[in-house]
Amino acid sequence: MWKRFSSNIGAMLGVVLLLAVIAVAIFAPIIFSHTPWQMVQRPFLTPFTMDGLPLGTDTLGRDVASQLAYGARVSLLVGLVSTLVALLIGVPLGALAGFYGNWVDEGAMRFTEFFQTIPNFALAIVLVAIFEPTLASITIAIAIVSWPPVARLVRAEVMSVRKREFVDAARLAGLSRPRILLTQVLPNTVSPIIVMASLMVATAILLESSLSFLGLGDPNAMSWGYMIGAARTVIRSAWWLSFFPGIAIVLTVLALNLIGEGLNDALNPHLSRKGKA
Amino acid sequence: MSTLSIEHLSIGLPQGADRAFAVEDVSFAIEKGEILCVVGESGSGKSMTANALMGLLPPGVTVKSGRALFESRDILRLPEAEKQALRGARIAMIFQEPMTALNPLMRIGEQIAEVFAAHDRFSQQERRDKALNLVREVGLPDPEKIIRAYPFQLSGGQRQRAMIAMALALEPKLLIADEPTTALDVTTQAQILKLILDLRDRRGMAVMFITHDFGVVAEIADQVIVMREGRVVERGIAAKVLTDPQHDYTRRLLDAIPTGKLPPARAPREVPALEIKGLRKVYRTGGGFFRPVREVRAVDDVSLTVGRGEVLGLVGESGSGKSTLGRTAVRLVTPDGGQVLVGGSDLAALSEEELRKQRHKVQMVFQDPYASLNPRQRIMGALTDGPITKGVPKAQAQARAKELLEIVGLGADAASRFPHEFSGGQRQRIGIARALAMDPELIIADEAVSALDVSIQAQVLDLLRDLRERFELSILFITHDLRVAAQLCDRIAVMKKGKLVEIGTVHDIFLNPQQEYTRQLLAAVPGAGWAKAGAA
Amino acid sequence: MSIVTVILSRAFKAFVTLLAIAVLNFCLLHAAPGDPAVVLAGEAGAADEQMIEQLRERFGLDQPFHVQLGKYVGSVLTLDLGYSFRQGAPVAQLIAERLPATLLLTLTAFVISLVLGIAFGVAASARVGKASDSLLTTLALLFYATPLYWAALMAVLIFSVWLGWLPGFGYETVGAGYTGLARAFDIAKHLVLPALTLGLFFMAVYMRMTRASMLEVSQLDFVKTAKAKGLSGPAIRRRHILRNAILPVVTLAGLQAGQLVGGAVLTETVFAWPGIGRLMFESLAARDYNTILGVFLVSAAMVILFNIVTDIVYRLVDPRIGAKA
Repeated sequence: MWKRFSSNIGAMLGVVLLLAVIAVAIFAPIIFSHTPWQMVQRPFLTPFTMDGLPLGTDTLGRDVASQLAYGARVSLLVGLVSTLVALLIGVPLGALAGFYGNWVDEGAMRFTEFFQTIPNFALAIVLVAIFEPTLASITIAIAIVSWPPVARLVRAEVMSVRKREFVDAARLAGLSRPRILLTQVLPNTVSPIIVMASLMVATAILLESSLSFLGLGDPNAMSWGYMIGAARTVIRSAWWLSFFPGIAIVLTVLALNLIGEGLNDALNPHLSRKGKA
Repeated sequence: MSTLSIEHLSIGLPQGADRAFAVEDVSFAIEKGEILCVVGESGSGKSMTANALMGLLPPGVTVKSGRALFESRDILRLPEAEKQALRGARIAMIFQEPMTALNPLMRIGEQIAEVFAAHDRFSQQERRDKALNLVREVGLPDPEKIIRAYPFQLSGGQRQRAMIAMALALEPKLLIADEPTTALDVTTQAQILKLILDLRDRRGMAVMFITHDFGVVAEIADQVIVMREGRVVERGIAAKVLTDPQHDYTRRLLDAIPTGKLPPARAPREVPALEIKGLRKVYRTGGGFFRPVREVRAVDDVSLTVGRGEVLGLVGESGSGKSTLGRTAVRLVTPDGGQVLVGGSDLAALSEEELRKQRHKVQMVFQDPYASLNPRQRIMGALTDGPITKGVPKAQAQARAKELLEIVGLGADAASRFPHEFSGGQRQRIGIARALAMDPELIIADEAVSALDVSIQAQVLDLLRDLRERFELSILFITHDLRVAAQLCDRIAVMKKGKLVEIGTVHDIFLNPQQEYTRQLLAAVPGAGWAKAGAA
Repeated sequence: MSIVTVILSRAFKAFVTLLAIAVLNFCLLHAAPGDPAVVLAGEAGAADEQMIEQLRERFGLDQPFHVQLGKYVGSVLTLDLGYSFRQGAPVAQLIAERLPATLLLTLTAFVISLVLGIAFGVAASARVGKASDSLLTTLALLFYATPLYWAALMAVLIFSVWLGWLPGFGYETVGAGYTGLARAFDIAKHLVLPALTLGLFFMAVYMRMTRASMLEVSQLDFVKTAKAKGLSGPAIRRRHILRNAILPVVTLAGLQAGQLVGGAVLTETVFAWPGIGRLMFESLAARDYNTILGVFLVSAAMVILFNIVTDIVYRLVDPRIGAKA
């Protein structure tokens, strides 16, 4: 498995990129002596013109590089936690729907469909706007709009595994239904869930940045989307203020997507039925 | 001159495959109007040979050496454009899976007419007329309707006829048929075989017919070659190979084929292990705001008994309800009515909770060796989950599991491994061990050997026969293959459309069938005539 | 099942969904911190005591919960989406004024992304493993990782600020007084950048889907049958693979319509496009919850409409569905 993953150039590139972003996020306070909120120089300092401020300063004279580093913390944290919360909602719901079928399935799927119909970004905006933007409300809002695809995936996987004969065999062994679901069915759905989760972190990072861009970020946390949003009106005079955070988002999201694809290729090598031929 | 003559053909597999050559130094010829059967088990290279002729080898697989002369040209070396012109026009091919071999979004008529379009023949109107004639020629009912139908509206046998119509469209000199009847029911198989024979007689084309089934060989072959691991091990006139095989492998294959030579009858059993009384199961599909409910009576008032120590064969075609009956008997499916009596309790009437405690009484051996074991669980777990739930101490269950693995011929160390490390036949042995681990009063084997190659099938049947004697097993043996049933069973029950048609001892059913349907089934068994001759 | 009953049953479902969203809106208003009347009036000081009193009365805030709910849902059903105190106009009217611009933008972006996505996906799958395939898939991967609003900003910077090729702001040239064709052309020019940047991300999505789907379908048995008939490669791709491969892409596109409508909030914000997305953005700063929830409801309705249309298209293309049901 690891061998297949590590031989995938794109995936390894993704890992390297992501590790770099994680390192920057972790060591931000060590790398920069000032917080991203501190005014350190005159405003609108162009990049690459002063030592110690490689990416210049923003409209208030704050260090752009430091803002980027601290922004990585917010992006990764929100991306990771909101994905975990979405999994906590989607996996049990999808598993129960797929395994028990009938009215459980009917109910769970109507519920999921409803959430899938609602334009998810619009719902996220509404949720954050109403519950005041904090890291917690943003994370929850992203989780709330992200779980339906998880539920659908898990349901579909569980339904397909449930039909396999080894599940019948487990029933004949006298195992209880919850135990069959937990020990026989769910372990066989883990690979696609992992793949989807890695892609969801990427989507969550995009969502978080979009919310902050609209001014719905946590006012106490520096984030990439906020940086771009704040620099939007001065794009004619200071393009770098929106350019660098954008690149940071693209690279992070790209890294996660590459990893997700690599995992997909490594975990689902066109269904391990090759031995049958 | 031969229609097709293959000389020293070798086909190379990509690096990392389990062997270097898919096909090695194969030579044979097919004459005009002749049917050559290429026989072999999976992995023998028989299909690769056909694909090479059509220029349809999968990526990475290449012709290494040899030539194939067809109409005095080496078709293996033709440029792609000329190969394309040959395909469908001079050489046509039909495939194993009629369910997936047709484009689901295209009408049958269009798909047939497309052959003409591909080779730029005729006008639109002529194409349509010719398609209609072809549909008629292959014996499809209501041709006008069929050409407007989509594949999903046709049965498997009808789709295979449509495929044949397509193949015949441009009157090819050579027809390659790759296991065209394997996915079909016996009676449908018999009809398709007859159609291919008729067409050969009428059109005089050469046919290369790939199969794993010597019964089919007996039905249609003029010439036979037997392939094994990419090489030809035996060749000759069909009648000769069937009666007097020279190579050891051919002999083993022929022996492995349940011929219908009936084993000596055993004494009838009096004490019932399983009694099914008036069992009914109706499937309802559709239903909802706008849809009408459709009812299928999968099991329709069936009663039968399996004696203690007896093997009862349950035979029927797909859709006969035999599998539903089996699944109802273990209560994987809850019946709509009737009783399933095992060891004094009615499984059909138990609550979910009571049922779990009684589950061990009836166990099942499943059809698909690749789906019947949890890929993420070690064999030990699969064999001990049940006994431990039943209350057997863990150590004892594990000891028993190892012992059973020895008994089914795998060795105790198999317990610590994962399913993917085993072949199909080995997995089926594990499945049998798993059933035995529960000390059941009855085992239901649902098409337990159908997915296996003939020689593996024979080994598993041997194992079952051996276990039957050693442990006095009671088995309900569900199969679509009468020949297999004859090998193992004491009595046979025949089902059709949910109803029990006939039940009797193997000798009664084979030698003196009472019902018309049973007689049809027996007649449809490929190689039935040959088997009878062999038995006499 | 005939197409009419399909539409009827979908319409019924859509109605139920919208009702549920109205209920959700009501719950959100009540879940918001503070007195709903104050919330509705907005915190920006637009409301005086008297106005809040009127609101209390209108929503019957002194009455039991279910009565309030009934009143709210009832008013939504009569298309009364409340009053925007910030803008001094009924929300329904505000939305109605802005809706055409949003429809124009999202539909254009949808068509562009679907057509280009499928075309590039087919092209990439036909050259799988070659340099041009790698280039296309890499670009798709990049677009897939690019935030919509950032792509929009960069497009403004490059094509409008630096190159001066296209307008980067607004719906039409204000004060130019164009009419007829000239006006249409002017709007089209303004539409290019917003539609392209909104469509870019979705184009990447559809391209990846199409490519994967084409490759998957090309492994199926009936493709081998087509080859055995002697059809040429392009003919097989066109007649057999494409039709089968496109169905799942269309289904997905329908589902993704929701995200397209959501994305319009970002694009309209950047380009000052006078649609409902921009309206939502303006209302955010003003905490004009009535308008925010109104836009939310209407965008959901748009998504439902998109879904119904794709569902019907799907049924027309796939012969199996009508017969199965």
